[in-house]
Amino acid sequence: MAINLDITEAPTRETRLGSITGYSGTLKDLVARTGCGASIKNGDRTFSQASSCSSGCAQTLLAGIVDAAVVNHAPIGCAGDTVYHNIANQYGRFYREWGNKNIQLVNTNMEEQDTVFGGTEKLREGIREAFRRFAPKAIFVTTSCASGIIGDDIKGVISELTDEVPVPVIQVSCEGFRSKVWASGFDAAFHAILTGIVKPPVRKRPELVNMVNFRGSARAYIARLFGELGLVPRFVVPFATVEELATVSEAAVTATVCTTLGSYFGTALEENYGVPYVKAIPPHGVAGIEAWLRGIGAAVGKESEVEALIDKERAATDADLAELRRRFKGKRAVLGMGPSYAQSYLGVLEELGIEVLHAASWHYDPRYDYGEQPPAIVRAASRENDITFSVGDQQLYEITNTLSRLKPDLYFSRHPGSSVWAAKLGITAVPVIDEYTAFGHRGLVNFGWRIVDALTNRNFVTKLADRVKLPYSGWWYGQDPYAFLDQEAV
Amino acid sequence: MAGVIEQIRNVCALGALQSVVAIERAIPIIHAGPGCGQKLWSGLSNGNGFQGAGYVGGHSVPCTNATEQEVVFGGEEKLRETVANTLKVMDGDLFVILTGCTSDIVGDDVGEVARSFRSSGAPVVYVETGGFKGDNYFGHELLWDALIDQFLEPAGKAEPGLVNLFSVLPYQDPYWTGTLHTIAGLLRSIGLIPNVIYGPGEGVASLRKVPKAQFNLLLSPWVGLKTVQRLEEKFGTPYLHYPTLPIGATETGKFLRAVGVQAGIPSETVEEAIRREEARYYYYVERSADLLFETRFLPGHFVTVADSFYALGLTKFLINDLGLIPEVQFVTEAVPEQYRPLIDAEFARFDEGLVSPVHYGADGGTVRDELARRTFRERPLILGSSWDRVTARKLNGYPLSVAMPVSDRLVLSRTYAGYEGALRLTEDIYSVILSSFQ
Ligand code: SF4
Ligand code: SF4
Repeated sequence: MAINLDITEAPTRETRLGSITGYSGTLKDLVARTGCGASIKNGDRTFSQASSCSSGCAQTLLAGIVDAAVVNHAPIGCAGDTVYHNIANQYGRFYREWGNKNIQLVNTNMEEQDTVFGGTEKLREGIREAFRRFAPKAIFVTTSCASGIIGDDIKGVISELTDEVPVPVIQVSCEGFRSKVWASGFDAAFHAILTGIVKPPVRKRPELVNMVNFRGSARAYIARLFGELGLVPRFVVPFATVEELATVSEAAVTATVCTTLGSYFGTALEENYGVPYVKAIPPHGVAGIEAWLRGIGAAVGKESEVEALIDKERAATDADLAELRRRFKGKRAVLGMGPSYAQSYLGVLEELGIEVLHAASWHYDPRYDYGEQPPAIVRAASRENDITFSVGDQQLYEITNTLSRLKPDLYFSRHPGSSVWAAKLGITAVPVIDEYTAFGHRGLVNFGWRIVDALTNRNFVTKLADRVKLPYSGWWYGQDPYAFLDQEAV
Repeated sequence: MAGVIEQIRNVCALGALQSVVAIERAIPIIHAGPGCGQKLWSGLSNGNGFQGAGYVGGHSVPCTNATEQEVVFGGEEKLRETVANTLKVMDGDLFVILTGCTSDIVGDDVGEVARSFRSSGAPVVYVETGGFKGDNYFGHELLWDALIDQFLEPAGKAEPGLVNLFSVLPYQDPYWTGTLHTIAGLLRSIGLIPNVIYGPGEGVASLRKVPKAQFNLLLSPWVGLKTVQRLEEKFGTPYLHYPTLPIGATETGKFLRAVGVQAGIPSETVEEAIRREEARYYYYVERSADLLFETRFLPGHFVTVADSFYALGLTKFLINDLGLIPEVQFVTEAVPEQYRPLIDAEFARFDEGLVSPVHYGADGGTVRDELARRTFRERPLILGSSWDRVTARKLNGYPLSVAMPVSDRLVLSRTYAGYEGALRLTEDIYSVILSSFQ
């Protein structure tokens, strides 16, 4: 079903895509159950640990737009994530040599009386203050559980202020309780950008690539790769300007480093403005980058240039890759990541010669908005060997139990608050924090050497594991890791 | 009506979950939306000195992850199930249910759930900390009400010399562990037995000992006053309220003398301890004097942007010991009206008759505007959070991060309290200045 930009709120991923957060079985089984015509029911848990919410995902993107402001309509706790958004902001600004500046965000500080009489007065003040303090080019109003449950009329307040605040003010519906899939918050943010900021193209820019990412550390690498194809990347959303976002419709193509992040935006731009969205597997590892570059090349008619570029990149990295595979012989790993990364890293680790024993995916989208299954999981499931596969919103008790059974040499994870628990078990944990880890041929090799280092000196983890205890009972380690997951028989 | 907040310096009442995490073998159970736990941990712990998840923090905290279902139909069943399974899966000695906005707005009867587990013998306590009710200072006091009413048992005879230490908020203050450890050391130095409750130690066992204390020591401008008063009502334990976090010789000496009087310790014992500590302390202070009097590397007037513990404690040290001049101080937590006069009075009585203006409020925009209006003749010293480093740079000042969020420092056992802490603070301040140009 096409993305509807005439409505205020993006429907959640559960509603749009049938996304799930509870499953335990195997990779091939999951793909078979979510293939064309099939459907899967989410497994509910009768025990769970703190997850994450849409509002955090929305704010991490929106608070990064350099000349916009965010009004978080919520009690102060819902702004707890902004501390970390500011760390990311400062880090990114530092490496861009932009000078020191804080994110532009106010929280409306909803209190008891606002939950009784409504919080619209606070919201009005929040929008006015954001405009006065930051002189932003656009204001995003992020909602919260409190504002959502009491039913504040956000649209009404925004339309009242149209004359007083002469910049786009856009509602972002990211109440945490509405979706178990925190990535629904990405869609909420992109929906707001698409409906409130993006303009129809004035001219077409055949050289421009919308590069949907998080923090953009690989800017130089990508600029070089694209440069050889005569293309120029524009990194969105964090560190972009409102004007840059307004003109994404003029680009030649949209690509993303993470399909969980970029598929809603990419699909909407394709459907509404004819900007092709590269639906290849994510650009991690050799197969990833090659498919991804070919996808870009096909969209802009640069197929032969892409082949030449691929040959060059392979030649530069083949020897290292062979050496890394030799070193990783016999190494076994478990991985726990968001779906796009969990899927693409199955390929990455295979290329490095590391055997994956189990993969956990923080949620799973049976299909993307353009109607197809995620290509990376289809690819991974086409291999001969099947592996056990689970879906959970970062349920550490399941992961810990799984790790303690499988005792892998390595644990790879993405999303803060996961790797450290493996380290406490004495497992070499390699966090994939930067979205461009293992990006392209050269990124893959760098990642490989980082793993070599992690395996070379295990002193910190082994000594730590000897001395700390994890918070689980002995009973729990004797249970099936998915004992609290109610699901149809696999 | 409190205004909007730019640049958070604390979180909501549910932030009290981190006070539970700080008690070893106590396990929080959050009954709230899916993101609350992650956000509060991220703001209070990860982005604040990188304090980590600890035994059972971060994503390991049991949580109902309430969604539409619980909001529309009520979340009691979900909570009951989560608590029952928490008792099986998690290894702890005390379980504290903390609610968030969803549960408190919907009106789940959480008390009933907790009581039903307690009546079957499980140590389960509940506290309604819906974020809209107040900040985490407020939530921390609610937590203690709950512990007193639902967990602590009368002890019979008081244990002479045993003192419960109530002071800074765990995690909110990134220096809490070192600070509590240092204050405990000071109490030991005059022959008392401190009961610390938070951080490395006995955890829940020390919590159980609370009713046995000879007295409660509240080292805080106002936070916790309600708690020690309630403990007095319920267990007859007297308390000493000492409002200033002692930093440096002047305040630490006063503090020890006040404790000595309350505890009935002979003054020679207290004076002997102070003499010993001061001799060592002034050995180092003397060394620092050359930098202060032989170089130009000195700050101008100082500003603090911190909660009342630190705004007051730091200001007293900087004026009474380090000889600096105050410009303006910002107190960032929501101080209830009735306690304002108490704090105002403290800011109006420094040695040499000095006073300092004080502002109340959590909004960083107000801090920025207020500082921009002032004229600083020399480069000011700005002791605040990592947010304030931006303003400090604009003012050509010297920033040192001392208050949440401290995201530019790793904090492990560091403290600014007591004698040793004051030396550390002096080192940190002048290292900022000296490293600013080389
Ligand atoms: S789950 Fe709801 S209340 Fe909790 S942080 Fe997210 S939006 Fe805020
Ligand atoms: S303010 Fe409410 S919804 Fe937000 S984090 Fe706190 S308890 Fe959760």
